[in-house]
Amino acid sequence: MGDFDFQVIINSLPFLWQGLQLSLWLTFLAIIGGLAFGTLLALARLSGIRTLAFVAAGYVNLIRSIPLILVIFWFYFLVPLALGRPVGGFQSALIAFVMFEAAYYSEIMRAGIQSVRKGQVHAGQASGLGYWQIQRYIVLPQAFRNMIPILVTQGIILFQDTSLVFVVSLRDFMTASSIVARTEGRLVEMYLFAALVYFVICFAGSMLVRYLKGRMAT
Amino acid sequence: MNYNWNWGILFEEQYFNWLLSGLGWTVSVALSAWVMAFTLGSLVGVGRTVPNRLVRTLCTAYVELFRNIPLLVQMFIWYFAVPELVPDDMGRWMKRDMPNPEFVTAVIALGFYTASRVAEQVRAGIETVPAGLNAAAKSQGLSLGQTYRYILLPISFRLIVPPMTSEFLTIFKNSSLALTIGLLELTAQSQQIAEYTFQGFEAFTAATVIYVCIALLATILMQLLERHTRIPGYVGKEA
Amino acid sequence: MIEIKNISKWYGAFQVLDNCSSSVSKGEVVVVCGPSGSGKSTLIKCVNGLEPVNQGNITVDGQEVTAKNTNLTKLRSRIGMVFQHFELYPHMSVLENLCLAQEKVLKRSREEAVSRAEALIERVGLSEHIGKFPSQLSGGQQQRVAIARSLAMDPIAMLFDEPTSALDPEMINEVLDVMVELAKEGMTMMVVTHEMGFAKKVADRVVFMDEGRIVEDRPTDDFFGNPESERARDFLSKILNH
Repeated sequence: MGDFDFQVIINSLPFLWQGLQLSLWLTFLAIIGGLAFGTLLALARLSGIRTLAFVAAGYVNLIRSIPLILVIFWFYFLVPLALGRPVGGFQSALIAFVMFEAAYYSEIMRAGIQSVRKGQVHAGQASGLGYWQIQRYIVLPQAFRNMIPILVTQGIILFQDTSLVFVVSLRDFMTASSIVARTEGRLVEMYLFAALVYFVICFAGSMLVRYLKGRMAT
Repeated sequence: MNYNWNWGILFEEQYFNWLLSGLGWTVSVALSAWVMAFTLGSLVGVGRTVPNRLVRTLCTAYVELFRNIPLLVQMFIWYFAVPELVPDDMGRWMKRDMPNPEFVTAVIALGFYTASRVAEQVRAGIETVPAGLNAAAKSQGLSLGQTYRYILLPISFRLIVPPMTSEFLTIFKNSSLALTIGLLELTAQSQQIAEYTFQGFEAFTAATVIYVCIALLATILMQLLERHTRIPGYVGKEA
Repeated sequence: MIEIKNISKWYGAFQVLDNCSSSVSKGEVVVVCGPSGSGKSTLIKCVNGLEPVNQGNITVDGQEVTAKNTNLTKLRSRIGMVFQHFELYPHMSVLENLCLAQEKVLKRSREEAVSRAEALIERVGLSEHIGKFPSQLSGGQQQRVAIARSLAMDPIAMLFDEPTSALDPEMINEVLDVMVELAKEGMTMMVVTHEMGFAKKVADRVVFMDEGRIVEDRPTDDFFGNPESERARDFLSKILNH
C-alpha cells in the first residue's frame, strides 16, 4: 500500500469522466426505453388477451433466465445482421439494455398494478367509473406511487450493470478505468478508485430510496 | 437478412465439448458460490437483527459495501488487486501456485457479492415475523439464541423461499461474469464458438436454451422445497 | 408476589406510565382496566421485563425485574403470559407449542414434556386438536392452547394481556371459563381486560388506569359499587351499558 499512486488517478480524470458520462447516459436512456417497453409488456400481460399475454410472459421469462452478458452478445450479433450494415457499439448496447431491463421493469409494473387493492377497483366501479377511468384515476396513480422506490433501486442496479459493456470494449467508466489500469500498470489504484466512484453514486441512490420509502410510510 | 444456417455445428465434437465444459464451469461456480453466499448471507442477515448495535452496524456496512459496487469491479479487485494488497508471500502464492485461480476468484467474488443480497432477504424474512412471537418466546424464558433457533429462523426461512429462488437463479446468471477474468464458462464458450465458426445464432441459441433449462430446473426444485416446508394455513403477517 | 413501586416510563417525550404502584399477593386475582391508551398493557409487560421501565422498580417473588443483574430469562420462565393475539408458534403443532420451552428452558425430558402437554390440552378441552397447527384452530381454541402453553411451565403467576379482545364474541366465554377455573384453583393472576363480568366474578381487586396513572386500586366490590373518581364512573357507565 505504501506506493499507492494517486497521481495516476488525477492524471486520468478527464478520460475517466468521459467514461462516466457514457455510463450515465447509457443508464438514463436504458431507463427511459426499458420503462416504455416494460409498461407495454406489463399491460400486455394484464390485458386479458390470451395470445398477447402469453407472448409477453414468454419474453419476460426468457430474458429473466439468461445472463445480461449473453443478451449483450446476442444484440451485438443480431442488430448489425438485422440492419444489414455495421452499427456503433453504443446503439447495440443500448438496445440490449432496453430489451433486458424491460423484462424486469414489466415485472415491477405488474406487481405495482396488482398491489392496488381490489376494493379500490370496486369502489371505482360502484361510483360509475369506466375501465379506463378506473385505471387512469385510481389504479395507476396508486400503483406508480407504490413503485417509485423499487424503480429507483432498479435504476441503481442498471447503472451497475452498464459496467458489463466492458465485454464488448465500449468505453464506459469501467472500461476506461481498465484501460488506464493496464496501460499505466496501476491495477490496484484504478480498480479501487472505480469501486469508490461506483459505491458513492450507488450508495447515494440507496439513501434516496430509503428517504422515498420513509416518506411513503407516513 | 443473409445468414447461412448450420445447426449441425453444435454437434461437432469439438464445439459440443466446449459447450459441455462451459456448462460444467457455470454449474460449479454457481453452486460453490451459493454455498458460500447462503452461509455468509444468513449470518450477516441475522446479524442485522440482533439486539447489539456494534454487530448490527458491521453487518449493515457489509451489505452496503458489497451491493453498491458492481460485481464486475469486485471480480477485478479480487483477481488483480487483492494479490498485490496481501502480504508478499501470500500474494506470490495467489499469483503463481493457487490452483484454478480464475475459478477460485470467481467463487469468492460471487460468494461475497451474493451474500449481501441473501442477507437482505434473511433480514426481511426475520422482520416479517410478527413481533408478538418474539415477545411470546421471551415470556416463556427462551434465550435469544433459542428464540432465533426455534422460532425466528424456522418461520423466516420458510417465508423467504420465493425470493431466495430468485437469488439462486441470479447466481447462475451472474456466474457469466467469470468470463471477464478468463474462466471459459458457458457464455464464454458460446461466444468463442461464434467467433470460430461465424455461426453466432446457433451458438447463442445453444447457450440460451441451456440457461433456460437451468432456470426451469432450479425453479422446480425450489417449488418442491416450498411445498415441503409450507406451514399448513399460515401465510405470514399479511394474513 | 408482585410488587410494583413508583414506575414511570416514556416513549421519547410521551409518558406512558406515570408513577404507578400496585401489588398482587399470592393467590390473588387483580384485574387491570381502563380506556385504551391508558398504559395498562404496557404496565403488565413491564412485570416480566418485556418492556423496560425508566424509573421505579418491580419485584416478582422477591427478585427485582428491573435490576441489571437479574437473570430475566430465568425469571420469565416462571411467569406465564397470555397475549391478545395468542402468539402461538405458527410453524409448530399444538403439541410442539407446549413442549418447546419445557424441553429447551426447563430441560424436561421429551416424555415428561409430552405427558404434561397432553394433560393440559385435555384440561382446556382440545385433546382431539393436539396434532393440528395453530392456523387450523379458531381464535378461542388458539387462546386456550396459549393458556395451556403458559401453564406447562408451572408458573408461579400468570399475566393476561387482553386475552379476549381479539376474539369473536361467541368465543369469549370458552376462554373466560378456563380463566375462571384457574382463578378458583388459587393461581396468582394479573389480568388486563374489559370483561367486567369476569372481574366481578373472580377478581379480588380492580386497578383502574387512565393516561398512564393508576387512578383507583380497590377491592372489587368497592370499585363497582362505589367508584371514587369521575373517570372510573364514566368508564364503567360506557362499558356496562352495552
